Amino acid sequence: MSDTDTHAGRGRAGGPDGDAGPTGNDGPAAPEEAPAAQGETGGEEEAGGALTRDEADAREIGAAGSQLSTAPREEPLMAGPRLGPIGWARWFWRQLTSMRIALLLLLLLSLAAIPGSLIPQSSADQNKVDTFITEHTTLGPLYDKLQLFHVYSSVWFSAIYILLFISLIGCIIPRTWQFVGQLRGRPPGAPGRLTRLPAYTTWRTDTEPEAVREAALAVLGRRRFRVHVVGDAVAAEKGYLREAGNLMFHVALIVMLLAFASGSLFKSEGGKLIMEGDQDGFSNTLSQYDDFTSGSLFDSGNLAPFSFSLDNFIGTYERSGPEVGTARKFQADIHYSAGPGDKEHKGVIKENHPLKIEGSNVYLISHGYAPSVTVKDGRGKVVFHGATPMLPFDKNLSSSGAIKVMDGYRDKSGKKDQLGFAALFVPTFGGKGQMLSQFPAPDFPVLNIGAYHGDLGVDSGVPQNVYQLNTKVLKPFKDAKGQILKQSLLPGETMKLPDGAGSITFDKGPVKEWASFQITHQPGELWALGGAIAAILGLAGSLFIQRRRVWVKAVTGPDGVTVLEMAGLGRSESAKLPEELGDLAVTLIPEAPPAPDPDADDAGEASAAVAPADHAEGAEK
Amino acid sequence: MILAAATNENLAHTSNVLIYSAMAVYMLAFFAHIFEWIFGSRSKVARTAAALTGGGSPDAEAGTKDTGTVTIKVATKNGGTTVLERPKIVTRSASGSRDVPDGPGADGGDVQGDMWGRIALALTILAFIIAAGGVLTRALSVQRAPWGNMYEFSITFSTVAVGVYLGLLASRKLNIRWLGLPLVTTVLLTLGLAVTVLYTASDQLVPALHSYWLWIHVSTAIFCGAVFYVGAVATLLYLFRDRYETKLIAGEKISAFATSVLERLPAAATLDKLAYRVNAAVFPLWTFTIIAGAIWAGSAWGHYWEWDPKETWSFITWVAYACYLHARATAGWKGRKAASLALVAFACFLFNYYGVNIFVTGKHSYAGV
Ligand code: HEM
Repeated sequence: MSDTDTHAGRGRAGGPDGDAGPTGNDGPAAPEEAPAAQGETGGEEEAGGALTRDEADAREIGAAGSQLSTAPREEPLMAGPRLGPIGWARWFWRQLTSMRIALLLLLLLSLAAIPGSLIPQSSADQNKVDTFITEHTTLGPLYDKLQLFHVYSSVWFSAIYILLFISLIGCIIPRTWQFVGQLRGRPPGAPGRLTRLPAYTTWRTDTEPEAVREAALAVLGRRRFRVHVVGDAVAAEKGYLREAGNLMFHVALIVMLLAFASGSLFKSEGGKLIMEGDQDGFSNTLSQYDDFTSGSLFDSGNLAPFSFSLDNFIGTYERSGPEVGTARKFQADIHYSAGPGDKEHKGVIKENHPLKIEGSNVYLISHGYAPSVTVKDGRGKVVFHGATPMLPFDKNLSSSGAIKVMDGYRDKSGKKDQLGFAALFVPTFGGKGQMLSQFPAPDFPVLNIGAYHGDLGVDSGVPQNVYQLNTKVLKPFKDAKGQILKQSLLPGETMKLPDGAGSITFDKGPVKEWASFQITHQPGELWALGGAIAAILGLAGSLFIQRRRVWVKAVTGPDGVTVLEMAGLGRSESAKLPEELGDLAVTLIPEAPPAPDPDADDAGEASAAVAPADHAEGAEK
Repeated sequence: MILAAATNENLAHTSNVLIYSAMAVYMLAFFAHIFEWIFGSRSKVARTAAALTGGGSPDAEAGTKDTGTVTIKVATKNGGTTVLERPKIVTRSASGSRDVPDGPGADGGDVQGDMWGRIALALTILAFIIAAGGVLTRALSVQRAPWGNMYEFSITFSTVAVGVYLGLLASRKLNIRWLGLPLVTTVLLTLGLAVTVLYTASDQLVPALHSYWLWIHVSTAIFCGAVFYVGAVATLLYLFRDRYETKLIAGEKISAFATSVLERLPAAATLDKLAYRVNAAVFPLWTFTIIAGAIWAGSAWGHYWEWDPKETWSFITWVAYACYLHARATAGWKGRKAASLALVAFACFLFNYYGVNIFVTGKHSYAGV
């Protein structure tokens, strides 16, 4: 199939083997000394003694290869200053904004992100953190001190990325100026010996040098190179978008960071549990939230005045197969209005489909059941009738909760009291024994109730969990055997409290469901998205576009025939350069057709390629 | 309903049969590659050694390669064609790299080796088609994209990796036939792990995974992984080959086996360049993958970024590849150090897909391992 691929290497290697000889001085250390971009260090300090090929190259190419990118010049790390505080400050700034430190900070950033993925994080699950601390008596406090339970907001993690971004800004600003300078300027003139460049070709032509240069200007210009004539050569450059893309990418990173930062300063986020059919629903004021967190610059006056209520919750589950019980669909049918003046709209919130309203997003987070009960007191009066949400604790939605009767209850003798029922609810009862649900849908609902009375502690001022009873304070009702009164009820069944203290009935009819929602408002989202898109576009430009220079030199040789030389310079990775140079040559050939070779000798191909170069150099001087 | 379920089960069964068949054919391809390398070792060309140690002149021009003279036809204005001589382009390798020719490939120029190489390639194409069929029937049986769990992820990932390899071969832009043996070996390992340890019966997704962002996010992640894989193998071989070339220059002794294998690989500079091009080319796509994932997380969970372990490791992978790209532009970090960074980055990628699912729990642990 791909015959050429196998033989490509062989063909090349099998060529003029003698030519592909060794490069004696090119020791193994050579790659280390290589300049960042070709010619970047061109003309810099000269090691005494023989030059390596690279050094020779760098000197030859000189200014022609400079500024092929705007990467900062490398300076030796250890070159400490002998100056005063300003000198030190400058030195420090130079180091901070050098490529080497940027690389080091990037490395540190990736290392620093690791612990947060392995150690429980309080932002994700505070319970896990607490368990970890109780289980690891030595490591726990140590981790806590090192802020390892909130790595991504820790001092050291922040320090790394803030330094990185300072370095980034310190890098971008001079690079941008430099780039603007390059855009204003013109491509540098041809280096002394074009043969030193990574791609080179030459031929002789009868066209006058002047005309060749004119033709080259036209050909290169048509290919959207920036061109001008310097001396006897045309200098051309293309691919500035690479630099622009690279700068855009780095700027976009800053935009994204600022967007995230402002987002977390101004954001607000809260949860709300709403029961099916509850007419009040939710309106977006601080007091309505079950829990609420916000950034340090958040102002509660800025909450958008929308409201919504839950009409119906639909959950469907896999009925068969190996993943029986796995959720298939969650959907909350809602009514909402954008503000006091707005009329009601119907809406649907699903997983993956939040409701976007007034700059906030309303997400469906979880759901559960809210069995409805009727409680009568000692006098037979209904003192409580309604649904109470239960919290699921396993994947089949076995749930627990507390039904609290706070006011209106009087016992048989007419004395005021409060009632508390510890409830376990299973949507699908599995028969005798454990109150563990067999399936998440309400196929066979059973409510198990344990009854208490006494002070619920609601007024004590201590915040309390609505899903739990404080059974330490409450007195249990006892059954005939002296045990806590407890009973499992099917819909419609009633449990009588002892001594005529009243009764509780698990109401007939479909069990209500509840859903909990998360309402978030995070300004800066659009900036972050814009930054992300700009970052990708910039990266694509930076990595797909090659910046390269082409020179076309034409001089009259001693025999009166024009010697045309073309050479290209790009980054070392650019593989297309020779190809492009070939294409350019082909388009140039009709304007400058090759003249017959004076010494029609095709044995020494390689040397033929070199000879005119030296020739040309001589002519130039 | 029941009829549909039965069809699905049949399809799932077909998928399993196809995956096993593909493994069998990959196994044959593996042996064919082994024969290719064995026959190739008979060749005594030893070009690299000659190029590096043979006593030629230290002339700088010695390293030039040429692309040959090519005759091309160009349409002229009046409708005819003229034949133009395409001038010979003389190329020099970049400063700092050695001028070493590429090795001849696994077959080492041996006729029988070449034949086995072609057989291996043909078998790989066959196995790829069968495996692709397996992935497709699996997708049909679950009626969604085939990457809802680690089993599906593995079969899709390995198939895409082979697809990337075949695609690069077909494009003829890069010489990567040397990738055949390492690729087929890892694909066999991946599939072996998939059908034994990771196997999950086909089923649908939990609602959080119903989103077209999932489709975009995971498909690009898989594609990026496959391309990063090619980059990582190239990098690894670069490190071996580079050490080999260094030793040759220093005149150190190298075992016959290492010589036989390494001299047939492309030159270190070629491998390095290839690794860079491959990694750099998918880096923007990897960036996009992470952003797509954040958008999906935003609509599924209400948070764009929560430092969930999977997100964290995607981020680490991303930063590690950025380190690699930076290192290549930083003096003192080019070459071997940058290459090591590329390998670390790929290790992070792999850990994200296997390590995080197995060892760490987070929101992404739906994968049912
Ligand atoms: C915030 C973290 C950073 C990331 C994720 C990042 C990422 C990248 C990427 C992906 C490239 C493309 C590499 C290539 O062209 O091959 C690049 C290039 C570059 N970066 Fe960064 N960078 C970051 C910070 C910095 C900093 C702090 C500096 C300043 C010292 C910097 C300076 C450069 C330069 C000069 C280039 C161009 C290199 C060249 O032309 O070859 N970067 N960066």
